[in-house]
Formats: sequence, structure tokens, C-alpha cells
Amino acid sequence: MTTITADHHGDHAHDHHDADHKPAFFQRWFMSTNHKDIGTLYLIFAIFAGVVGGAISGLMRVELAQPGIQYLQGWANIQHSLLGAEPASLDQAYHLWNALITAHGLIMVFFMVMPAIIGGFGNWFVPIMIGAPDMAFPRMNNISFWLLIPAFALLLGSAFVPGGTGYGAGTGWTVYAPLSTSGSAGPAVDMAILSLHIAGAGSILGAVNFITTILNMRAPGMTLHKMPLFVWSVLVTAFLLLLALPVLAAAITMLLTDRNFGTTFYDAAGGGDPELYQHLFWFFGHPEVYIMILPGFGIVSQIISTFSKKPVFGYLGMAYAMVAIGVVGFVVWAHHMFTTGMSVNVKMYFTAATMVIAVPTGIKIFSWIATIWGGSISYKTPMVWALGFIFLFTVGGVTGVVLANGGVDDVLHDTYYVVAHFHYVLSLGAVFSLFAGFYYWFPKMSGRMYNEFLGQLHFWVFFVGVNLLFFPMHFLGLSGMPRRYPDYPAAFEKWNQVATHGYEIMAVGMVIFFINVFWSLAAGKKAAGNPWGEGATTLEWTLSSPPPFHQFETLPVIDDAAHH
Amino acid sequence: MNKVKSLVLAGLLAFAPSIAMNGQALAQDNVAVAAPAADNAAAPADSAANAAAPAAQAAPVAKVAAPPRMKPTEGIGMPKPGEVTLQEQFTSTGHTARWLHDKMLLPLIFAISILVLALMLYAMWRFRASANPIPSKTSHNTFIEVVWTVLPVLILLVVAVPSIGLLADQYKPAPKDALTVKVTGYQWYWGYEYPDSGIPEFVSNMLTEEQAKASGEPHQLAADNRLVLPAGRPIKLIITAADVIHSFAVPSLWVKMDAVPGRLNEKSFTIEKPGVYYGQCSELCGARHGFMPIAIEALPPAQFDQWVLSQGGKPAGAAPAVAAAAPAADAKL
Repeated sequence: MTTITADHHGDHAHDHHDADHKPAFFQRWFMSTNHKDIGTLYLIFAIFAGVVGGAISGLMRVELAQPGIQYLQGWANIQHSLLGAEPASLDQAYHLWNALITAHGLIMVFFMVMPAIIGGFGNWFVPIMIGAPDMAFPRMNNISFWLLIPAFALLLGSAFVPGGTGYGAGTGWTVYAPLSTSGSAGPAVDMAILSLHIAGAGSILGAVNFITTILNMRAPGMTLHKMPLFVWSVLVTAFLLLLALPVLAAAITMLLTDRNFGTTFYDAAGGGDPELYQHLFWFFGHPEVYIMILPGFGIVSQIISTFSKKPVFGYLGMAYAMVAIGVVGFVVWAHHMFTTGMSVNVKMYFTAATMVIAVPTGIKIFSWIATIWGGSISYKTPMVWALGFIFLFTVGGVTGVVLANGGVDDVLHDTYYVVAHFHYVLSLGAVFSLFAGFYYWFPKMSGRMYNEFLGQLHFWVFFVGVNLLFFPMHFLGLSGMPRRYPDYPAAFEKWNQVATHGYEIMAVGMVIFFINVFWSLAAGKKAAGNPWGEGATTLEWTLSSPPPFHQFETLPVIDDAAHH
Repeated sequence: MNKVKSLVLAGLLAFAPSIAMNGQALAQDNVAVAAPAADNAAAPADSAANAAAPAAQAAPVAKVAAPPRMKPTEGIGMPKPGEVTLQEQFTSTGHTARWLHDKMLLPLIFAISILVLALMLYAMWRFRASANPIPSKTSHNTFIEVVWTVLPVLILLVVAVPSIGLLADQYKPAPKDALTVKVTGYQWYWGYEYPDSGIPEFVSNMLTEEQAKASGEPHQLAADNRLVLPAGRPIKLIITAADVIHSFAVPSLWVKMDAVPGRLNEKSFTIEKPGVYYGQCSELCGARHGFMPIAIEALPPAQFDQWVLSQGGKPAGAAPAVAAAAPAADAKL
């Protein structure tokens, strides 16, 4: 293992010249092969996509603030006038709603969380944490990122071409057939599918790169069981990506051929089955939710350990709990399909298998608490976000146990209860871990400290906002409000109104975040190599802030005492 | 008062039994009721034809008046304003499922969340840097790791028993004498057909806001032609779709079953009490996904037979002569 690592290192040193020489602007940022620069590009891209996806959810919350259609018609008219089309009919306005929910879902999943958590933090810190000079395939790394740009352009562009009743793809992020085949004439859905193909291809290349890097390029002494948990989390995630994304690619390719070339994979009239699509989609879709959250687990483990000044409790249990979640995550997919008319035995199996996931997840939650137990805890901004993550992820997790019961899901499926559940694990789980990681590594990446007061303020405003936004959705779901509705009976008004106010507060939190970022980049205090003190034991804190353009020209040697 | 109303209705229903509206709202709404389907370019031909079908069928034998359109009870079979829990249930699986949720899962998830929060807050306070400057070096404890692995397994086993039982309950096949109704999802309305009773398919569209108000029903939930079912008799729904996937969902009956083109999904249940039970399409099905509600009117069995006769059908399991006599007696109920 060690010799292989050294060989790779030799190649790269030769490739990139040495020292801290940086290429000129265009070459550095547009033809980048440097993992840190590519990580930065991913983060900038994800923040931009997050603003777009977040703005779309703002439109949705404004419309849902009260019963009746208030703004949708006006927005559809604006969309139509931009395209020089007739003013929108009511149905076209409703179609715009479906296009909005579809875009929000796809953007947040494929263009915000995944690029930020894997592309951004993964690229930046996996090589450094294992003591490698760069990723295994730097040029492939480059194309992984740049594939995102045409993918995102296709998705945004789809909003301006016909997609059935109106403009844009109005199929939901799940793109269920036959709504996405015979139900959506026009190029919008084709564009959205191609967008997923391209983004998926980029992710597969990224996954190959991470697996190769982690398995082959660890510094001498950095055995698998000494790797920081963030690296473990990215390794498991990369395997999930590699195994799940090709299935999505196959599923949506068949959508394309059904749509354009007369095949009938998903059309019962031709011997196909619409439910085949759902099985294929969720075989990808369920691992996908772990793809979004596992690196978050890794980030939180690093932060909890750093600010408690204690090694992570039960390191091996933590690492293998993630492996277990990854494995079990592949055999629970049909709990997304409890109401499709599956047989009772299938439903019983998927109920039981889904509940099993609670066990490794519980191990992680309790191990985090055991990590802070007995520690010497300082409440810096990243720590506050990580602790917030633990509690909110628990709340999202326990509603998952409720939904796992096939018999109970009969009433909760496709209601706001599900929306509340997956926003608690993603918007309050994955996003909290993203912010935690951002504040934790901001000094390392930028060389400047963030503003502590603004960071704490951001946390509290955002915390109050998202809880007000998403907690009432449990009530709406229990009471029966279905998802993906632009309008609702008057009985649902109260909690929808509260949710919209929650959104407003959250938006203020985001403004504070951006003020902090820009202020800190321009005028933040210069950051030391290790601003967090003795608790920060991973390799990135042994380097300067920001690290040299190429780190570890001489490989670090990990001794036995390091880590757990 | 009610009798007068039903007399008036009976007269009107002879002409248009499929548009059973309440009181004065009825006359001016005859035309308007068709509107939700008509402003869609694709649907009108279909739905107009379908809606006319039962009327045409019924005309020759429409001596029996349909029972008056039932008024919904506020808060029953529909969400309550500001509600924080599940709707009241009116089927046996609904009761079991609600028990599982309210008495088992909800306390359990509350307890777990509170436990995690309490442990966290205590540790955060007790081990803050100023109170505990020297961190402990403990990073393993096999015993406690085994405990927090095994304990959740045991808890889940306890949950799994009633959960699997509930599933078995929900899939109990319907008895032979169950009333079969075929439910078809269309973009964007529902079609109901009673093969056992010989009632051809009629369609159900959402009422506009004015129509719902006039009829004293919640907007977004009220539909023109309701799915009329007998209370207290086993029912078997055969659910399918004609175009894209829809989902037939009625929260107060604990029913949600996807309507998938090319598949016949079955759902059986018995409604315990007469009443109006509302639901909404629960699978994204295109532009007007949010505007194809489900309204079930569960009638006492005798009145249901009367309704079947008024639609030109024959009540299931009853000899024609008996069936004809029954509504006359029941009409005074």
C-alpha cells in the first residue's frame, strides 16, 4: 500500500511541477486539476444552486401562505410573456406549480447538497485528511465538476420549453412514468432527463475518483482503521453512488426511449409496467438519501470530536455503522411505494427491513453524545451547528420509524408528514452539517476567520426559522394534506401560514450567512494553521491556512498513536 | 323541511340524477357543475359523455328518487382547522392503525427525542470547557455500545408485532358478498362504476368555490357526483387509472391506494357510520392534481339500495321485488 502511494505521488509531482506556483486565472479556475480549487468551484456552484432552489421554495411558500391561488397566475403570465406566448391559462399556471416543485427538488438534491457535500468538502479534505497530494485522477476530477454546468443549464432551460400542459417539466423530482412519458409532451422533460444523465455521469466519475484515491493514496501508516470518519463517510458514499447511479441512468434512459422511440418499458398497453420505473428509481433513490446524509455524518463526527477535545467515541462502531447504513440502504427501496398495490408479504418485508436502519443510526447518535460526554466543550459556531444537527436529525429519524410501518404509511404516504420527515433529515440534517462544515473549514479554505457573532446569530435565526417552517408540516400531514398541491382546503390554513413565516425567518438567517461570508473574505482575521486548538487532530490542521497549492510533496507518516 | 326538500329533489333528480345538489343551489348549478371538466381542453368530451350516461340509463326506471344529498358533519371525514393529529377514523383498520400511531409510535418517538435532547443538554452543560477543562480520554466502552445496539433492536421488535399485524389486517380479502365498485382516475377527475349493481360509470368533478359554499361543503374537497357507498356493508374497491398514476385516498377511512394504468389494485373496508368522507388525489398526476377530490357518501344500507334503484341499478343480493319494496319503507326514515 505504502509503495503504491509513493508512486502516485511521484507521478503528480512530475505532472504539476512543484512548489506553490499557481497557474494564471483562466487556467487555474477553468482548466483546474487541483483538488482544492475544484472543491472551491463545487462550493461556489452549490451555493449558487442553493440560492436558486431556495428562491423557488420561497415562491412556493408565498403561494401556500393562504388558501386560494394568489400569485401563481401572475408568475405564469410573466413566464409566458418572457417567451412571447399568450397569457397563461389556469391549467398552465397549475402546471407552473408542478414545474416549481420539480425544479426545487432536483436542484436541491443534485445541484446543491451533492456538489457541496461530496464535490466541495470531499474534494477539499479527503486528499488532505489521508495525507495525499491530490485526487487520484485530477483531470477526471475536473470533468466531474464541469459536467455539472451543462446539466444545470439543461435543467434551468427546461423551464422555458413546453412540457405538457404548460412550460417546464412538471413531473416531480421522481419523474414517475407515465406522467413523464405520455403525460408530458414537449422537450422539457427530455431536457430534465438529460440533465440528470449528465449530472449522474459526473457523480459516477467523482465516485470512481474518491474510491481510487482513498484506497490507493493514503499516506504511510494511514490504515483504513485510522482514517478520519469524514473519509470513511465519503468512501461509503462513493460506493453508494457507483452502485446506485447506473440504475437511475438505466431507468431514465428507458423513459427517454419510451418518450421518443416508441418503446413501452413503462406502458402497460405495450406489455410494460409503470411500476417498473418506480422500483428502478427508488433502487437509486433510497441510497441517494444516504448519499446526501452520510458525508454529513462524517463532518459532524470531526467537529464534535474537535470541540470536545476528545477522540470520537466508538470509532470502529461509527465507521461500520455507516457501512451498515449503506448496505441496508440498498434493500429498503420499496418503502417509498407502500401504496402502489404491492403484495402483503412484500410490504411486510420492506417494513421490517426499513426499521432495521434505525439501529446503526441510533449507534451514531448515541456515540456522538458519548463523544461530548466527559469532553471539554467549547461552543464555537461549527460545534453549535453540529449539535443542532444531532437533535434535528434525531427528530427527522424518528418520524422515519413511523413512516417505515407500511400500515401506518397508508395514510401518511404522499402527505406533508413525508415532506416534514425528509426536510428534517435533509434541510435540517444535511444542510446543518453543510453549514457546520463550512464554518469549521472556512478558516482553512480561505485563510481568514469568519465572524463568530454573525455565525452564532446565523445559527439561531436559521434554527428558529426552519423549525417553524417544517415542524407544522407534521400536523398538516397527519391531518391529511397531500404533497405537491398549490391550493388547499381552508382547514389547513393555520399551519401553512406558520410555515411561511418560518421561511421568512430562515431567509433572514441566510442573509446573515452571506454578510458573514463576504465580510470575512474581505476583512476577516488571518487564520492560523490550526485555529481550533488541541482537539483538531486531522491532517488538514497541520498545514497552513490556506494550504499550499500542492500539499504533502513529502508524504506525512502517521504513527501508531495518532487518532483513536 | 327535509321531506319537502327531498320531494323537490326527487322531481329534479328524475331529469338529472347525477347532479344531486342541495336546495336552491341546484337549479343554477346544473350547468356550472360541468364546468371544472369543461375548461380543460382534453377532458370535456369524455366527461360530458360519462356524466350523461347514468342519467340516460336512469330515465326509464327513475320512479325511485335518490335519497337527499347528505350534508357533511363539520370536522368528520375532513380535516379540522389547526388540527395536529390524525383524522377521526371510521373503519376497523383505521382504528387499529390510529391506535398504533397514537398509543405506540407517537409516545415512543417523543420519548426517544426527549431522551436524546436531555442527554445532550446535560452533557453540554456538565462538560462545558469552563466546568471541565481537562477532557477525559475514554473512547470505548464495549458494554454501553452493546446496550445501545441491542436495546433499539428490542424496541423495534415490540413495534414490529402490531405493525405486521396491521398489515395482515389491511390485506384481509373482502368477503364474497362485498359490494364491488370500480374506481378510475382520470386527468383530472374520478370515475365510479358499480358492476355488481349494473350502474355504469359516472364521473366526479370538484365543485367550484361558489358551488361548494352553496352546498355547505368545504371547497377543494367537495365534488359534484359523490361515490355513494353503503355504511356497514363490506366494500371492495377496484382501483385503476386511464392515463397517468393517481392515488385514491380518504384519510378518515385509512384508505390510500394508487390508481395505476394497466393495473387493478384492490382495497376493501367497511365504513362504520353513515356520513360524508372526503379525500384528495395523492399522486402527482399533472396540472390539476390538486383539484380532483374524492367525496364518499356512506348511506344506511336501505337508503343505499334506494340510491342504486334511483340510478337504474339493481341492489346487490336482493330479489328485484324485495328491492323495489325496500326503498318505499326506508324513505320515511
